[in-house]
Amino acid sequence: MTGTFALVRLALRRDRLLLPVWIMVITGAIAGTASAIGELYPGMEQRLALGVTIGSTPALQALTGPVFDATSVGGLTAWRATTLATALAGLMSIMVVTRHTRAEEETGRAELIGACAVGRHAIPAAAVIVAGGANLLIALLLTVALTGQGLPGSGALASGLAVGGTGWVFTGIAVVAAQVTEHARTANGLAISVLGLAYLLRASGDAAGVETLSWLSPLGWAQGVRAFAGERWWVVGPLALTGLILVGLAALLARRRDVGTGLLPPRLGPSDAAPNLASALALAWRLQRGGLLGWMIGFAIGGAMLGSLAQSVGDIVNDNPQLAAILERIGGAGALVDTFLAAVMGLLGLAVGGFAVQATLRLQGEEAGVRAEPVLAAAVPRWRWTLSHLVIALGGTAIVITAGGLTAGLAHGVRTGEVGEQVIRLLGAAWVQVPAAWVSAGIAMLLFGLLPRLTALAWAALVAFALLGQLGELLQLDDWIRSLSPFAHLPQAPGGEVSATPLLWLTAIAMALALAGVAAFQRRDLAGN
Amino acid sequence: MSGNPAILISGLTKTFGRVRALDGLDLTVEAGEVHGFLGPNGAGKTTTLRILLGLLRAGSGHAELLGGHPWRDAVELHRRLAYVPGDVVLWPTLSGGEAIDLLGRLRGGLDQRRKKALLELFDLDPTKKGRAYSKGNRQKVALVAALASDVELLLLDEPTAGLDPLMEAAFRECVTEERGNGRTVLLSSHILSEVEALCDRVTIVRDGRAVESGTLAQLRHLTRSSITAELDRIPDGLAELAGVHELAISGSRVRFEVEADRLGGALRLLTDAGVRGLTCQPPTLEELFLRHYQSAS
Ligand SMILES: Nc1ncnc2c1ncn2[C@@H]1O[C@H](COP(=O)(O)OP(=O)(O)O)[C@@H](O)[C@H]1O
Ligand SMILES: [Mg+2]
Repeated sequence: MTGTFALVRLALRRDRLLLPVWIMVITGAIAGTASAIGELYPGMEQRLALGVTIGSTPALQALTGPVFDATSVGGLTAWRATTLATALAGLMSIMVVTRHTRAEEETGRAELIGACAVGRHAIPAAAVIVAGGANLLIALLLTVALTGQGLPGSGALASGLAVGGTGWVFTGIAVVAAQVTEHARTANGLAISVLGLAYLLRASGDAAGVETLSWLSPLGWAQGVRAFAGERWWVVGPLALTGLILVGLAALLARRRDVGTGLLPPRLGPSDAAPNLASALALAWRLQRGGLLGWMIGFAIGGAMLGSLAQSVGDIVNDNPQLAAILERIGGAGALVDTFLAAVMGLLGLAVGGFAVQATLRLQGEEAGVRAEPVLAAAVPRWRWTLSHLVIALGGTAIVITAGGLTAGLAHGVRTGEVGEQVIRLLGAAWVQVPAAWVSAGIAMLLFGLLPRLTALAWAALVAFALLGQLGELLQLDDWIRSLSPFAHLPQAPGGEVSATPLLWLTAIAMALALAGVAAFQRRDLAGN
Repeated sequence: MSGNPAILISGLTKTFGRVRALDGLDLTVEAGEVHGFLGPNGAGKTTTLRILLGLLRAGSGHAELLGGHPWRDAVELHRRLAYVPGDVVLWPTLSGGEAIDLLGRLRGGLDQRRKKALLELFDLDPTKKGRAYSKGNRQKVALVAALASDVELLLLDEPTAGLDPLMEAAFRECVTEERGNGRTVLLSSHILSEVEALCDRVTIVRDGRAVESGTLAQLRHLTRSSITAELDRIPDGLAELAGVHELAISGSRVRFEVEADRLGGALRLLTDAGVRGLTCQPPTLEELFLRHYQSAS
C-alpha cells in the first residue's frame, strides 16, 4: 500500500474538474427537487393528493420507486430523486474507479508507477479511496443541503447515506470488474451492466409489488433506508458492508494476476487476417462489434423485463373499480399502460444515447491510443476513418434500441395476447427515440473534431438531457431550457400522436453536427503520444 | 536514381503552443538513397515525419514528398510509402498477423511471401494479440507490415529502439536489401553507429533545425584529427594556428586536435620543428556528433 497517498493526490489532480461536477450534479439534483416540492406542494392536502396519484400509478413506481411518506416534503423528495441520484452516484463511482485502475494499466502508465516505490495494491486502493471519498462527500453535502432547507436532520442524513452508500457499493463492483477484465472498456461495460440490472430488478419489484425483487438490488436498498419516512438505519449496514466485501474481493483477485493482464489468460489469434479485414470500416466493425452485441443483449433483457410489467400496471387499475372510474376520464387503463410504455421507451432512448456517445467517442480513444496514426498513415482518407466509426455509432443506435423494442413488444404482447400488434407498436415507439440519440452522437462527433480534449462534455450533455427530462417538469424549468434536450421534442409513443416533423428536424440537426465534426477533423492535427 | 528528390523540405516550421518543434528545417532526400536523420531526443525528428505523413499541418515553409503535397495529396502518397512509428501501439483484440495484413491492405496490398520470410527473419509469432507483445515485438509487427509492402519510400522513426542486437542485425540486412531494390529510406535515429552502418547521406538535426547535412565522407571532413608528436623543439605559433584546438604540451611532446582542412598547415609547422615521432588518429563522426549533442543540452 506504499505510495497510495501519492496516487490519491495524482488522481485528485487529474479529476480536479470532473469530480466536483459529478458531486455538484448529484447533490444538486436532490436538493433542487426538495426545494421544488416544497414550493409546489406547500400544503398537506396537495402532497397527499400527489401521493394518492403516485400510489395508484404503478408505472410511476416502476420508474422511480414507491412513496413511503407522502405527507412530508422530505418523503416526496426521497421518492422522486433517490433512484436518479443513486444511479448517478453508481455511474460516477464506476467511471472514477475504471479511469484510475484498468485504464491506467492499459496505457502502461500503471507499469511506470508500479515500478516506483508503490505497493501492489496501491493503484486500486487509491482509486477506491478517491471514489469512496467522493461518495462520503456526497453523503455529507446532501445532509447539510437538505437540513439547510429545513427538512428533518435524520431524514437528511439517511438520504445522504443511501445515495453515498449506493455509490460505495458500485465502487466495489467497479474495482472487482477492473480485476477480472483486461480492458477499461469491458470493465466499464461490466460494471454498468450490473447497474442496469440493479435498476431493472428494482423497477420490476416495485411495479409488480414483489419486494424481494427490489431487495436483490442495491438501488432497492437505497430506497429501503426510507429517508424521511421512519428511517430504517440498519439498511445502511448492507450498503456499507457489500462495498467493503467487494473491495476485499478485488484485493484477493489482484494478488492472483499480473499487472496489465486480466484473470483470464489472453487467447491466441489467427496468423493471417480474414480476407474482409481490409478497410477502415471493417476495422471499425471489428473493434465495435463486441460492444454492440453487449448493448443489444442488455437492451433485449431490459425491454423484456419492462415490457412484461406493463400489463400489471393495467391489471392493478382494473382490480380497483374506483380508480378505474377516475382513470376512465383520461383514457382508461389502456392509456395508463401506454403511458408506462412510453416512459419505458424514453428511458431506453436515454440509455441508447449512451451507446451513441460511447461508439462515437471510440474515435477519440483510437486517436489518443495512437492506433489511429497507423491507419491514417496508410492510404485511408481522414473522412473515411471518421465515417467508418460514425456509421457504426448511428446504425448501432437503431439496432440496439430495436432489440429493446422487439423484446418489449414480445413480452407485452404475450401477456395481452396480441403479439404481432404490440411488437409493431413498440418497435415504432422505440424507433421514435433514435433521432434524439443521434443528436447526442452528433454532439460527440463535433467535440471530437473541434475540441478533442473536451469530448467528456458529450457525456455531460447526455446527463443534462436526462436530468432535464426527469426533473425539468417538477422543477418547473422554463420551456426553452427543457427544450434544449433533444429528447424533449420526441412525440409520446406508444399512445401519442407521432408526427414526423420533430423527428426529421432532430435527424437533420444530428447530421449537421456530425458532418461539422467530420469537417473539423479534416483540418486539425492528429494527437501524438 | 535520377530526377526529383523523394523528400524536399525547406524552411519548415511547426509550433505546439509555445514550443517551437521545428525552426526552419531543411532536408533533402534523393530518390534511391538511405538517408539518416540524426538528432538528440526532442530535436524534431518525429514531428518532421508526422508532417510528411499529413498527420500534422506544417506551420510555414515548404515540404514536398514524392513530388506531392504531404497534406493535400496524403492518400495518394500513402499508397507509395510505408511508415514505422517510434512507439508502436497495436489493437488489443487483433493478433499481430491480422494487424500486419490489415495495415498492408489499407496501404494497397502486401506480399504474402515476403511477409512469411520477414516473420521468420525477425523470429516473430504472429498469433499473439496486441498487448501480449513486448515493445520490441510490437516494433517488429510494424516493421514486417512496412517491409512487406511494395512501396517506393520507407519512413522509419527510430525503428530499432526496442530491438535486441540480433534483430538489429536482421533489420540492417533488410534495409541494405531495400536499398538494393532501389527504394528510398528515411531513417530517423539517435544512434550514430546505426546511421553510419546504413546510410548514404546524413542530416543532423538539433532544436528543429538541420545543423549538418552531407555524405558520411563529407561529414567526416568536418571533424578533427587528433595528433600526437615527439618534436626536437616546440614550434612557435602552434597555439595561434587557425583550426588547432585543445593543445597540450609536455616536454618535447605535443597533443592537439586539428580541423581537416587545416591539417596541412599544422603538419608543415611540425616538420619544420623536426618530427621524431607522430601518431594521427583519423576523424570520427562520434566526435562531431557529440559536439552537436552537447551544445544541444
Ligand atoms: N503534440 C505536441 N505538443 C507539444 N509539444 C510537442 C508535441 N509533439 C512534439 N512536441 C515537442 O516538439 C519537440 C520535438 O519533438 P519530436 O519531434 O518528438 O522530437 P524527436 O522525435 O526528435 O525526439 C519536443 O520538444 C517535443 O516536446
Ligand atoms: Mg521521436
